[in-house]
Amino acid sequence: MLRLESCEIENGGFSLSADLQVEAGAKLAIIGPSGAGKSTLIEAIAGFLPLRAGRLYWQGDDLTERAPGQRPVAMLFQDGNLFPHLTVAQNAGLGLRANLRLSRPEQDQVQQALSRVGLGDLAARKPAELSGGQQSRVALARVLLQRRDILLLDEPFAALGPALKNEMLDLVAEIVSETGATVLMVSHDPRDARRIADQVILVAEGRAQPPLVTAELLDNPPPVLKAYLG
Amino acid sequence: MVAALILGTLVAVALRAEAGSGFGPSDWAALRFTLMQALLSAGLSVGLAIGVARALARRRFRGRSLLIALLGAPFILPVIVAILGLLAVFGRAGWISQILVFFGLEPLQIYGLHGVVLAHVFFNLPLATRLILQGWQEIPAERFRLAAQLNAGPAAIWQLLEAPMLRRVVPGALAVVFAICLSSFAVALTLGGGPRATTIELAIYQAFRFDFDLGRAALLSAVQLGLTGVAGFAALRVADNEGVGVGLDRALRRWDGETMLARCLDAGWILFATLFLILPLSAMAVAGISGMFLLQASVWVAALTSVLVAAVSTLLLLILALPMAAAVATGRSTLIEVAGILGLAASPLVIGTGLFIVIYPFADPFALALPVTALVNAVMALPFALRILVPRAREVMARYGRLALSLNMAGGPFWWWVFLPRMRAQIGFAAGLAAALSMGDLGVITLFADPEVATLPLQVYRLMGAYRMEAAAGAALLLLILAMGAFWILDRGGRWHAEA
Repeated sequence: MLRLESCEIENGGFSLSADLQVEAGAKLAIIGPSGAGKSTLIEAIAGFLPLRAGRLYWQGDDLTERAPGQRPVAMLFQDGNLFPHLTVAQNAGLGLRANLRLSRPEQDQVQQALSRVGLGDLAARKPAELSGGQQSRVALARVLLQRRDILLLDEPFAALGPALKNEMLDLVAEIVSETGATVLMVSHDPRDARRIADQVILVAEGRAQPPLVTAELLDNPPPVLKAYLG
Repeated sequence: MVAALILGTLVAVALRAEAGSGFGPSDWAALRFTLMQALLSAGLSVGLAIGVARALARRRFRGRSLLIALLGAPFILPVIVAILGLLAVFGRAGWISQILVFFGLEPLQIYGLHGVVLAHVFFNLPLATRLILQGWQEIPAERFRLAAQLNAGPAAIWQLLEAPMLRRVVPGALAVVFAICLSSFAVALTLGGGPRATTIELAIYQAFRFDFDLGRAALLSAVQLGLTGVAGFAALRVADNEGVGVGLDRALRRWDGETMLARCLDAGWILFATLFLILPLSAMAVAGISGMFLLQASVWVAALTSVLVAAVSTLLLLILALPMAAAVATGRSTLIEVAGILGLAASPLVIGTGLFIVIYPFADPFALALPVTALVNAVMALPFALRILVPRAREVMARYGRLALSLNMAGGPFWWWVFLPRMRAQIGFAAGLAAALSMGDLGVITLFADPEVATLPLQVYRLMGAYRMEAAAGAALLLLILAMGAFWILDRGGRWHAEA
């Protein structure tokens, strides 16, 4: 279970409070008006923003003071998820070993992960030679290799077209069903939430609310969400 | 550590200076001459640069970008090479003197104040031109379009656009050139000298080499440090100004300056600048090609020594500069940036004097001539290297810092797989600059070298002192090739196969 206990997160003069729990293995969408603090919330979970107050626990372990790379968290950002000077295989391999000293079995593992996301024959390419969708797949292959308990998505597919985005979301859903990871996904599109999330965290008016079942929340939105959804 | 090196030597200088024998009349003369030549050099360089920059800003012609690139070359040109070139054109036996003698006139006299100023203008006119040209290019194209629409003539354009820009840019250019000329050593060593044309840097050298008066050398160093410190700080303050407003980067087309007179004037300026740059270098090359066949073993040994010193110096520079750039980029310390800038304030001879005083009680400083030279060269190149590395390092950190953190790459893997590969082009450029500067440096080595040891610039200087001008020209050409070659190889190496 991921637990945010009376958390206060400050991000450049703006602050967000969160007091909530997320069940292990759940898939959640974080929605709310833009500027409300959706990214702030997951950046705090990833460890890029410090907590001004409160604590953060995963399965009882206190993560509050841990560095981003030391947390059981894999994260995909809005952009810049790949290193342009490294090959597809190297970018994915970083998920296993940050120093890229991969043993033979580990190299095979990387190849399997690339095949899993449909890039088996592009291992030696550089990101610039790939399409946007293929680049997203490389990042997902790395997530697969990282085998972290929590996957945070900060709208990594926002630049893709609707069909491609849905394809990626389905791939995410498949991958996490294999790894059993807990997913928190920032989205401004309620259709994304309906597509893969069982639950929704509504971020509005300086507060991240405890998760609610997706369909129930979206079918009967509270006034602030209604104003946002239009 | 850099700060410790610089400040430590300064403390050593200060302590020794207490024991000094006071500021004699010759020292006052040196101070006066230093300020005078720096003032003249700055005024002339910037004054001429305004004309050249205006012409370059108004005209589009073939070879324009090449000429502008050429304006950057004097920065890495070994001073001694340029001086040989200037002697070949303006010297007693130079081209111009020969023409004058042919018409029954007196040959030119290059040694003394005007020679020093001439050499400084040669080095700093291109720099000042680039600084001022940048000012012109920062005037948005839209402004010129508006001026053309209002049918503004040259006078109106000058008043509306150009004069305000110059008021903003010129003080900075003046301050930069002035600060550079204050700590001029090699130029004063070769073209100055004597009681009436000695800079403080040169006086430090003389106190050292001729009188071995460490106290006086230290006192002069303290004075020099005060001067360069103030001037360097002023230059930084003045040069750090805001822009004139932004445009939409439209392609710049000028509608003014289409009269015959304006065209001829601009052509004259451009021709003048080109000849002023090219002639001395070609003269040196012409003299050098025949001199190349006269090179003795000592020159080749000196060349090898220089290559080694430059290699060590470049390596030292990178070892110093890269962690500093990374630390500045992550915002860990502004102190580090200050330490890098200290290198600007301290002159090579001042640091050399300090190091000598520090080393003297423990070891034979002359035995350490080459390592000390490599170290001082690295420290001198540090401010420039940081200027090149820090902006890119900031970019790399901003773009990849969080991804690397989330992949737990902190430390070694980040350096090896992200920071160094992403910084390659800038590292190559900085290394090339450092190598060329070190290769051509004729500063601290003159303090420490015994007759057995020489770098190539020192060997050229010794050949000049022995009036073996042809051999000197040959060695200088070799030096030019080595310095430019080192820059080219390292700069190219950095960009080789570098992806966006």
